[in-house]
Amino acid sequence: MSSHPSTAVSTANGSAPVVRCEGVYKIFGDSAESMLRESGGTVDSQKFMEAGLIVGVNNVSFDIHQGELLVIMGLSGSGKSTLLRCISRLTDATAGQIFIEGQDILQMNSKQLIELRRNKMGMVFQNFGLLPHKTVLENIAFPLQVKGQNTRDSVARAMEMVQLVGLQGRENYFPRELSGGQQQRVGIARSLAVEPDIWFLDEPFSALDPLIRKEMQDEFLRLQDVLGKTILFVTHDFDEALRLADRIAIMKDGVVEQLDTPANIVLNPATEYVRKFTEDVPREKVLTVASIMDAVNPAESHGSLRVSRDAVIESVAEEILGQEDPVAVVDGEGAVVGTLHGAHVLKVLFGGRSSASPSESR
Amino acid sequence: MVATLKRQSKAVQFAILLAAFIVLCLVVKPSENNILWRLPPLLKWLPGAINDFVRGLMFEWFPVQVWDPLIEDYEQKPLFREITRAISGFFLVIINFVREIFLGGNKTIVAMTSWDFVNEHPWAKWPALPWTVITGWAVLLGYKLQGRGLALLAGACTMYIAIFGQWQPSMETLSFVLIAAPVSVVLGLFLGIWAFRSRAVEATLNPLLNVAQTMPHYSYLVPVIVLFGVGDQAAAIATIIFATPPMVRLTLLGLKKVPPDVVDSGMMSGCSRFQLLFRVLVPTARRDILIGVNQVVMQCLAMTVIASFIGAQGLGSNLMIALNSLKVGTGIEIGVCIVLIAVVLDKMSLAWANKPTDYFADLTFWQRHRFGLLALGVLGAGIVLALFGRAVFPEGFNYLYIIPHNKGITTAPMWQAGVDWLWDTLFFALKNFNEFLITQVLVPMKNLYLGMPVAATFLLMMGIGYLVAGLRSALIIGGFLLFIALSEYWDRALITAYMASFSVLVSATLGITIGTLAAQNETASRIVLLVCDFLQTFPSFIYLIPVIMLFGITDTSVIIAAVVYATVPATRYTVEGLRSVPPVLQDAGSMLGVSRFQRWVSIELPMAFPHIMLGVNQTVIFALFMVIIGAFIGTTDLGQLILKAISEPQGTGIGLTLGLCVAFMGLAVDQIIRTWANARKKALDLA
Repeated sequence: MSSHPSTAVSTANGSAPVVRCEGVYKIFGDSAESMLRESGGTVDSQKFMEAGLIVGVNNVSFDIHQGELLVIMGLSGSGKSTLLRCISRLTDATAGQIFIEGQDILQMNSKQLIELRRNKMGMVFQNFGLLPHKTVLENIAFPLQVKGQNTRDSVARAMEMVQLVGLQGRENYFPRELSGGQQQRVGIARSLAVEPDIWFLDEPFSALDPLIRKEMQDEFLRLQDVLGKTILFVTHDFDEALRLADRIAIMKDGVVEQLDTPANIVLNPATEYVRKFTEDVPREKVLTVASIMDAVNPAESHGSLRVSRDAVIESVAEEILGQEDPVAVVDGEGAVVGTLHGAHVLKVLFGGRSSASPSESR
Repeated sequence: MVATLKRQSKAVQFAILLAAFIVLCLVVKPSENNILWRLPPLLKWLPGAINDFVRGLMFEWFPVQVWDPLIEDYEQKPLFREITRAISGFFLVIINFVREIFLGGNKTIVAMTSWDFVNEHPWAKWPALPWTVITGWAVLLGYKLQGRGLALLAGACTMYIAIFGQWQPSMETLSFVLIAAPVSVVLGLFLGIWAFRSRAVEATLNPLLNVAQTMPHYSYLVPVIVLFGVGDQAAAIATIIFATPPMVRLTLLGLKKVPPDVVDSGMMSGCSRFQLLFRVLVPTARRDILIGVNQVVMQCLAMTVIASFIGAQGLGSNLMIALNSLKVGTGIEIGVCIVLIAVVLDKMSLAWANKPTDYFADLTFWQRHRFGLLALGVLGAGIVLALFGRAVFPEGFNYLYIIPHNKGITTAPMWQAGVDWLWDTLFFALKNFNEFLITQVLVPMKNLYLGMPVAATFLLMMGIGYLVAGLRSALIIGGFLLFIALSEYWDRALITAYMASFSVLVSATLGITIGTLAAQNETASRIVLLVCDFLQTFPSFIYLIPVIMLFGITDTSVIIAAVVYATVPATRYTVEGLRSVPPVLQDAGSMLGVSRFQRWVSIELPMAFPHIMLGVNQTVIFALFMVIIGAFIGTTDLGQLILKAISEPQGTGIGLTLGLCVAFMGLAVDQIIRTWANARKKALDLA
């Protein structure tokens, strides 16, 4: 069964979650509902499979907070896309409750749902889902026009979006005339045109070449820096998840195996399955300075270098190792909150993978 | 026994089947009472029953009170007839309206007022547009839709039609197409969407479409006459019935092919059901839907000739008259006009659908309304020219206004002379070929078919069906054959079958050969596909013109027309099938060191074979159609009976029953080939 480490969410500011899933199930097959009722909530996907049913999502619960980027990671068939489709209600969940800003979307009628999608949600698709008969500009303006905005305003807004994703000069191209990366830029621009509060991305970069994928991830992080949306991002690429996520939910056979920050997942994999993913992950790319620093010791003197507690070790390792003295760790306001010893950094860089976590102080 | 049979290879099974077939043929003695020889016509009552049903529907069923302004009282009238009358009236009015825009007249004004009014006021008459105006508009439209090329083509075609004195019939045909085609498109789109939305509708429509698409054009005509009378409106309705099925098919196909991501993205953009349908699904399926529109236009033009049997005016009826009186030269001229209209409409509809919009152009008043203003200018100039023409040609015809029918330049004598020369020079060669074909091939083959006992036919067809496509197919084929065997038209059906199967044999051989040769080379493939495209814009009747020219009115003409017509799909599918063999397989073959021939035999052909067989399937349907149309120039098969039924009082039932016979023959073959090809494609992972 799924385990939810009750991690304190760093972004928690006391407000209600933007998205909340409670015991969500999605089971494909004719007798799905009756079978689920009989099982009383404990679904054995093997048994269901024998009965001709396929378990897509199995009792998933979690919250996503304002401005948080949650990545759902899993291999194909793990149910990650199904979960996303349930939350966007492209498919109806078999059981459970899904709240978007406090409203249960499973109870919505189609009119309310359309309103929600027109104003609150944006979605990016793996195979772009661009309308082949519309130009770049028309594609981006489409959600606005569907809402009833007039041509002049929608085109003006679409033109802003074209600039945001850097497609100036190509606004009159048809999707078939663009490369995959450019097409996905259109997809991103379209999903953002209505200024949604919640942004769904379903394997947005999986259909792209590795180099383009890296470029698009950078672009995505840049956009998120500017926009600060609440994001649900689905991927099968663990490295991508580590790079982008505030928190990661790892799924297998419809169950969330672990939901935690990238660092915690790498340091404390909850199950054998999760551990296999984390084995080859270079620690220095995931761990932040805060996870290996020691408490401030008044006896020690600090050098002049200051590093942020939120910096990834990889990005500061060279500087720290160049210092004679331990380095002062500061928080966002510049107050010293800890001390970082070069030895810890060396251990992260070269230490054994299977050893216990380098530090307990968090 | 069956178990041992099953274990044998396919070849042995087929050999056993063939042997059993031959034994049956030899053993069963021809005799009226022998049930193995011919089944009794148990379905003889069917045509009569259909007739009674239609009559009942038309004249008795559900009488309603209708106000009759003539006797100023309510009158009992059957509901159904009132409905069909209303439909005919509606079509007649709109066809006349469009026709009078082109050619002038007073029928529209009559429809809005009354005959009395028009008789009292001689001015109440709509003037015809000068041909120069319509030519100008065609050029403008072509330019607006695509550019110089299409403008030139549209201009050249309309000029040709005007100068060669085919203006009036061409505009009559055009007005008929401009009504029938949009109605078919809208109807087809609607039905296609409905079928897409509901599985039940799809399941109901599917067999209906199958029959509608394989039923010969002729067999619709009689019921349409009974229901809608004779005239342009009936012709339009017959055309719509014929042109709608491909539109439904292609709409459904296109909608099913829309990628799920596109649908999802539409939903997430917040589309309502209506928006999703008309702003996402239908436009995304545009390519297939456009092919549908294209098909509709082609079918409408193909029907112009056949529809002239029930009163359509225009090029079609002129062509029929010309062919009837063996005026091949005139026939060719008219045929060219039909093809030209087809080509222009085809290109314009495609260009219209592909037109992009420019949002940023900051247009002046002139730029924004350029085409409207130019069109007005053309109208003015045309009128001035026509008035000027009145001064130049004070007597006789005003050639700058309307070039009257057959008063233009004509090339008919030239064609006629060419035909005469061909006849003079090739007379003996053609005659000998003709005689050889008829006496040595066709007549023996016909006798062979007619000498086949019904039991043997069933065994052979159902056996092939079973071996190739399974038990279900065998039973379906048995059902189709049983219907034909129990009707009284079995012998006629055998004659149709012999002509069709001979044509298919030749067409398929030719088509597969040409296709295979062409597929060896990229350029050749493109050229052959282009030629196929071009030939497919020809309405089927056109094919009859040159063959009558060469072989006169004989079975040979019909069979050669059928061969030419039916070779097109076989060629196209062969090229497509061979060209779509994945290149990686070709490379793998090359690296294994196969020769070109080996590659063809063991890689390309097996991969492309299912697709080629689908081409053969089309060939069968095409050949059947042409053989039936051939009845027009005199054959003795089902087609002739259908044609005769048009002028018979009991024609509705006969026409429909005969039509079903032809449809079932086509569907029986379709069943075998399609089931096999689909299974094979799935096995080869091509589907």
